Amino acid sequence: MTALLLRDLKLSVRAGGGALIGVLFFITVVAVIPFGVGPDLNLLSRIGPAIVWIGALLSSLLGLDRMFQTDREDGSLDLLLMQEHPLVLTVLVKCLAHWIGNGLPLVIASPLLGLFMNMNEVAIGATMLTLLVGTPALTFIGAVGAAVAVALPRGGLLVSILVLPLAVPVLIFGVGASYAAVEDPAPFMPPFLILVAITMFFAVLGPLGAALALRNAND
Amino acid sequence: MRLIAENLSARRGEDLLFQGISFALEAGECLILTGRNGSGKSTLLRVIAGLLRQETGKVTWHSAKAESDMRAAEACHYLGHRNAMKAELTVAENLSFWKSLFGDFEGGRGMSVGEAAEAVGLGGIAHLPFGYLSAGQQRRMAFAKLLVSHRPVWILDEPTAALDVTAEEVFTTLIKAHLAEGGIVLAATHQPLGLEDARELKMVGFAGVMEEVW
Repeated sequence: MTALLLRDLKLSVRAGGGALIGVLFFITVVAVIPFGVGPDLNLLSRIGPAIVWIGALLSSLLGLDRMFQTDREDGSLDLLLMQEHPLVLTVLVKCLAHWIGNGLPLVIASPLLGLFMNMNEVAIGATMLTLLVGTPALTFIGAVGAAVAVALPRGGLLVSILVLPLAVPVLIFGVGASYAAVEDPAPFMPPFLILVAITMFFAVLGPLGAALALRNAND
Repeated sequence: MRLIAENLSARRGEDLLFQGISFALEAGECLILTGRNGSGKSTLLRVIAGLLRQETGKVTWHSAKAESDMRAAEACHYLGHRNAMKAELTVAENLSFWKSLFGDFEGGRGMSVGEAAEAVGLGGIAHLPFGYLSAGQQRRMAFAKLLVSHRPVWILDEPTAALDVTAEEVFTTLIKAHLAEGGIVLAATHQPLGLEDARELKMVGFAGVMEEVW
């Protein structure tokens, strides 16, 4: 299983891997917002956490469809399905590798983008923390969509549409917790803990659903 | 050690592609599937490998140590039309990944990556990215994947596609060696593999009738 994790990580940084594309898209989306919104610093810092979160959500949708599709195209998926390791575990490891390759760079890039949005240190820290906790949930939810669409030749858009409704709660609580850290009356912990709960919930349900879909997707 | 298929049938779309296929393969036996294109050879192999759901019947694996409800697929190596190797990674990286993922099945050990590359006649190029190799070399390296970990059953779907004559001989030698060690081979092929006492199963496709030539 460690071998699978390492292989997927290697693939995500080699040519054709999606790791950099996600970060570049994230940076592009967030960097153009100040130009569009104008130089109103108060407005920018007010919408900052939401924009950073939306950017992260969209960029993590970008690479999802390739999660199982590359393995299917070259026949590796067949061999993964045949092994004695439970398929759920295989999917979980692939999710982890996908998150380290595609999700973690977004978390690391987010403080820079926070500066673009004129956010203060607390807001930047809170956004980074909520992204760290929330983006794995996006990957786990996305794994289900990617597994359902694995047999479709251009399934990318379908994956995004399937995944988006389930990803909305993650966005709501992620942004909610980030705002609660800077705005005084709202407490930070409740939305943050709900976000943690969502991630843990989908860490169980996502691989299960994806494994089921992969078993049935074979033709 | 035996692989038993009982009364297998599978569907492609609405129609039954084949039905009532039964066979039992003992250690050291080889079954060659022949038949024209679309006659269901690949489908049968994928059913045996557990990659396609059969309509009826079952495939079971029996050995002294195997649990009774074990999936036959776990005892199998499957070499399909696609090579299951990543073009971005080097040959050695590909092979060592599969070696550690597969592990070894009870009662045998796989070769090291270097030995396996040597065995298919491509010892010197394991450091190259897989994508740089020619189609024939890629096929050979995909075959080397079967050698790095031990599985008693080899399921080969057109193993000799894109291969030159020497490579076919190499493959035949390796298949014979596997059979001599008590392995089981199922292969779908158009070219004769040069195996003497192989059993042959002739597939005829949608007609639903099987002729067996033993």
